[in-house]
Amino acid sequence: MTDAARPVEGHVPRRRRVLAVASIGGHWEQMLLLRGAFEGMDVTYVTNDVRLAQREGLSPCYAIDDTNRHHPLRSLRCAWSAMRIIAKVRPDVVVSTGAAPGLICMVVGRLVGARGLWVDSMANAERLSGSGRLARRLAHRVFTQWRHLAVEGEVEYHGSVF
Amino acid sequence: MILVTVGTQLPFDRFIRIVDEAAPSLGRTVFAQVGRGSYQPRNMEYAALIDPLKFDELIARTELIVSHAGIGTVVMAQKFRKPVILFPRRAALGEHRNDHQMATVAALEGRSGMYVARVAEELVALMKRPLDPPLTENEHPARDRLQRAIRDFIENDR
Repeated sequence: MTDAARPVEGHVPRRRRVLAVASIGGHWEQMLLLRGAFEGMDVTYVTNDVRLAQREGLSPCYAIDDTNRHHPLRSLRCAWSAMRIIAKVRPDVVVSTGAAPGLICMVVGRLVGARGLWVDSMANAERLSGSGRLARRLAHRVFTQWRHLAVEGEVEYHGSVF
Repeated sequence: MILVTVGTQLPFDRFIRIVDEAAPSLGRTVFAQVGRGSYQPRNMEYAALIDPLKFDELIARTELIVSHAGIGTVVMAQKFRKPVILFPRRAALGEHRNDHQMATVAALEGRSGMYVARVAEELVALMKRPLDPPLTENEHPARDRLQRAIRDFIENDR
């Protein structure tokens, strides 16, 4: 192959690697409604039951333990899974619609330079979720799905799943 | 069939008892997913938890969903175009950590296919009424905007 025919290094941008993390239930259902945002990207899903992804024909998907701040031991196990998954996937970005496992993945992701986007669940119409409030410090950006919960420079409103 | 659900996280005995006591007067079979509560229904079939794939099949077959005010059920009801009655959990009764479900119903009330009951009488009355399913919406401008913002973050942010 001549030099002219060889693709120029760095010319074609590498596809973005996205880790999309959502717990079973409303968090997962909202992630499904938002997956159009990832078109053309390499998306890896993380949830509590990989069959949720299989039923939608989404792969790859990894399982992670569900947890919350009241279960330190489970959270530790969750963090261990998050480390294994992130070491393998090496995402550019971690996106989560909640809950705690998404936040844990976001923190672990930062250790390898992945940027984090928190999309707070539509279930929180009155104030940001507990995880969402923590995400204000831990994620690069935080979106709410309620206009009245936006806070200048901290929490953004761009729209909602419905 | 009427499908009753409390979600996967917490039981909701007060709600299940109301539906169970009304079940014989509804003229339809009722199946309830009741979580790990202590109240045992007498007038309807029930299960603590339902496998997520099985749950899809049940929703597809049901005529009406009666549920705690969880967003998971709201999304499923929209997806399968079923009317849903939402009955919010109350923090004061130990049914959730806070009253966010009250805020959820206030925000969703009046949308097509969504019905809200805050007390037992409203819930029973709604279950006896014919309810319209959500209108078919082909456009979701608010969702499109949110997707674009997510995409922008992934592609452009430093």
